[in-house]
Amino acid sequence: MAEELDRVDVVVVGTGWAGGVVSAELAKAGKNVVALEKGEEKVRSDYIGVKDELRFDNRYDIMQNLKGDTVTSRNEIDETALPIRSPQTMQIGIDTGGASVHWAGATYRYWPYEFEMRSQTIERYGEDKIPEDMNLQDWGITYEEMEPYYEQWEYMAGIGGEQDPLAPERNRPWPNPPMKETPSLRLFKDAATNLGLHPYQLAAGNMTENYENPDGEQLNACMYCSYCTRHGCDFDAKSDPIATVIKTANRHDNFELRHKANVRRVLYDEDENMATGVLYVDENTGLEYEQPADVVVLAAFAFANNRLLMLSGIGEQYDPETREGTLGRNFNGQYNHAFHGATGYFENEKFNLYMGAGALGATLSDYAADNFDHTDLDFLGGGAIELRQYGYAAITSSGNLPEGTPSWGREYKDTSLKYAYRTLTIWYTANAMSYWHNYVDLDPTYTDEYGDPLLRVTYKFGDNERNIGEFGIERCTEIMEEMGADIVEPGTMPEEFNHVYTGGHYTGGVVMGDDPETSVVNSYLQMWDVDNLFVVGGSAFPQHGGHHPTPTIGALAYRAAEGILMYMDEEEGQLVQANRKSNLI
Amino acid sequence: MADQEKKFSRRDFLKTSGVAAGGIVGGAMFGGVVGSLYSSQDDTQTAEPGTETEGETASSDGEPLDDARTYFSRREDFETLAAATERIYPEDDNGPGAIELGAPYFIDRQCNEFWGRNAREYMMGPFDYTASATHGYQAKITRAEMLLNGVRRMRELSLEDHDDEFYNLDEDTQISILEDFESGDVDVPGAAPGDFFNLLRSMTIQGVYADPVYGGNRDYGGWRMIQFPGPRMGWTNEIESEEFQEIEPEGLRTYQGGGM
Repeated sequence: MAEELDRVDVVVVGTGWAGGVVSAELAKAGKNVVALEKGEEKVRSDYIGVKDELRFDNRYDIMQNLKGDTVTSRNEIDETALPIRSPQTMQIGIDTGGASVHWAGATYRYWPYEFEMRSQTIERYGEDKIPEDMNLQDWGITYEEMEPYYEQWEYMAGIGGEQDPLAPERNRPWPNPPMKETPSLRLFKDAATNLGLHPYQLAAGNMTENYENPDGEQLNACMYCSYCTRHGCDFDAKSDPIATVIKTANRHDNFELRHKANVRRVLYDEDENMATGVLYVDENTGLEYEQPADVVVLAAFAFANNRLLMLSGIGEQYDPETREGTLGRNFNGQYNHAFHGATGYFENEKFNLYMGAGALGATLSDYAADNFDHTDLDFLGGGAIELRQYGYAAITSSGNLPEGTPSWGREYKDTSLKYAYRTLTIWYTANAMSYWHNYVDLDPTYTDEYGDPLLRVTYKFGDNERNIGEFGIERCTEIMEEMGADIVEPGTMPEEFNHVYTGGHYTGGVVMGDDPETSVVNSYLQMWDVDNLFVVGGSAFPQHGGHHPTPTIGALAYRAAEGILMYMDEEEGQLVQANRKSNLI
Repeated sequence: MADQEKKFSRRDFLKTSGVAAGGIVGGAMFGGVVGSLYSSQDDTQTAEPGTETEGETASSDGEPLDDARTYFSRREDFETLAAATERIYPEDDNGPGAIELGAPYFIDRQCNEFWGRNAREYMMGPFDYTASATHGYQAKITRAEMLLNGVRRMRELSLEDHDDEFYNLDEDTQISILEDFESGDVDVPGAAPGDFFNLLRSMTIQGVYADPVYGGNRDYGGWRMIQFPGPRMGWTNEIESEEFQEIEPEGLRTYQGGGM
C-alpha cells in the first residue's frame, strides 16, 4: 500500500527544460513545489574528468536504462510491434536535467508560418495543397504570442547568436555574441553566399562569454572541448537545467527535488474531473508513495507524458479506425527522413574536427518553413541546412568512408585513416508532419518491470517526409559541390521509418491547439477538461517544425508556468476558451 | 615492454601461437602464448618509457598484468576472436593492428560487463530475432553470448572446410570466412544474419579507438594513426586555426591526473 505524503501546491514530473523551467518559475512565485525525477541525481562534478567517447557516445551513459522500460514500434496499424531493446536504437535522456543535459545547444525559433501552418497554407496555396491523410493543425498560438516566451528562455539559457537575415527581426538581440568561426564553417558560408543563399552563425547554447542569467546563475565561456552532445558539460559552459533552472529552483526552501522517483500514475478523481496527485515508486527502496498536489504538471519526455495519461485513464485514446479520440493522436518527430544531405571528402584540406562544440555551426533559412515558394513543390514546410562542428573523437571519425569502401580490412583501415578529418557533412533539418495513421497507444503484449504496458508507436512516412527528404538532399548536394569537395556524395532517402530513435526529436500525442476535438491541451498546455493538469514538453507539438525542438519546448514551458500561476492565483477553470471547429473532426 | 624487440611479423606470431596452443600445455608456455601475441611492439610504434600503460600495470616480464581472459574461457575461442579482429583491423604501414592494440582483451572485458551482459537492454520476452530486419537488437542472447556463439561457428567451419583452426589459416582464407559471416550466409545460433559480424566489427573498432583505460588502443596506437589527441580542457586557442593540429595523444588517465 502506498504511503500518502503531505499535500503540496504543485508536483512536477521530470526535470528537463520543461520541468526545470516550470519548477523554477513556480518556486520563485512562492509555491510549494515537489519535482520528481526518475533518474539519478547528477551534479556538475559528475561530468568533470569523464570526457570519454566510448562511455557516452557508444555506451549511452546518460540515456535511460531500458532494462525495465522502453517503447514498442511498428509501421502499420495491423502489424505486431516489437520492443526497441538497445540504447543503440532508443535514446531517452534521464537523470537530473533529463535530455536537456545531453542536448547539443542548437537554437532556433519556429517560424510564424509553422505555428499557423494549416491556416497559412490554405491562405497561400488553397486547401487542396494539404494531403488528405495529413492532420495538419495550427498550434493555437501565434509566433507573436510565443516571442516573449522564446526571449525569456533564451535569456535564461544565455544563447549566443546573430540575427538570421531571413527571420523576423528580434525584439531584443541574443543575450550573447555568436561562437567562433572555423575554416569548415567559413567554407560552408562562402559556398552558400556564392549560390545566393543567406548563411549565418548557428545560435548556440554553448556560452560565448561568461554570463549571468536573469535568475543570477553564472555560466562560463565554452572552450570548444568537443565532449558536448550526448555528454554533460564539465564547466557550466553549455546551458542546461543543472546550471540554470534546477539551481534556481533549489535556492528556494519551498522547492524539493526527489530523484529515483518513478511516477507510475497520475491520481485522478473522475467525479470531480481533477488530478489529485501522483503515485510513484522510490527506485532505491521499491516503496510506493502517493504525492497529493493541487496542480499536477507532467513535464517528462514525450513518450512518458503520453503513457502516464494512458495508464491513468485520463483523456480519450485516439483510435485510427474511427479517427476519434485525441490522446496519442498526431504523434510525430524527426526520424530517419530528416538530417539527410550531402557528404564531401576533401583530398587537400584537413580540418580540426576533433575540436568543436555541440552548437558550433553555420546554417541558413532559405529553405526553412515557407520562406520559398511551395506552389510547384510536392511537400509542405522546410528546414535549415546546417554544417555542424560538434567535435568528433576517434571512433566516430573512423567511420568517414567514401561510398564503396569496405567497412573492414586493409582498404578500410587505410581509407578511414585518410578521411577521418577530411570529411564534412551538411544536412537538412526537415520538418515532420502528422498523419491519421501515426499515433501512440499502449502495447497489448510487452510490459515494463511492474507489469504495466509499454507505449506503442505506430509510425510510417507520409509523402511529405519522402519528398522533403529528397529536396533537402538536392539542395545540400549543390552547396557541397560549391564547397569544392573532391568527392561529393548525396545522401540516400530511406524507404521507410526504421524504428531508430536516436535523435531525441520525438514529439506530439498530447498536442496543443484551440479545438478540443483535435488537441489534448490548450495553449497554456492545460488539459482540456482537467483544469489542474498541465502537460508540458515536446508532446504538445501538433507537428514537428523544421528545426531542433528544444527552444520551443523551453518557451512553451515558460508559457505553461505563466498559465499555472494564473490558474492558481487568479482564475480557476480553463484558461482558454475552446474554439470547436466541427469540420476538422 | 618497450625494450622487447619484434622478432616475427604479426602473422608469424599468430601462426606460431596457434601451433603452440594446440601442442604444448602448461608452464611458461601456457601463459606465454597469448601473452606474447600482445607484447611485441611494432617497429614503428614504440611505447614511450613511463607511459601509464606500463609500469604499475606490468608484471616483471613486462607483460601487462591485465592481459588475461575473464570471459572467453577456452583459449582456442579467444585466439579465434583475436585472429578475426586482426583481419578487421590489420597491422599495416600505417601502424599496429587490432591484436597489438589490445582489441581482443578489450572485447573480452566488455563481454564481462554491462555491454556484453545486456544489462541496459530491454530483455523481456517474447523474443523473435527473425521477426524484423529493422528493429535493431531482438536477440534473446546477450552480446557476449552472440560473440561466443559466432566464434564457435567460425572454429567449426574452419575445421570442417579447412581442417584447421581459424587462427592457423592464411589471411585470404580467414577473410573469405569472415565475409560469409558478414553477408549472413552463415547462421550463428540466436543471431539474425550478419549481426554477429557487425557486433564483432564494431567492438573491434571500439577496441582500437576507445580510451586506453578500457584495455585497447594500447599506447594510444589507434589515436596516433588517426591523429586524435584525446580529451583536453578545451581548444579555445586552436579552434580557429587554418592548419590541422597534430597533437600528441593523452587519455583519461592523464586528464584526470590519476594519483589514487
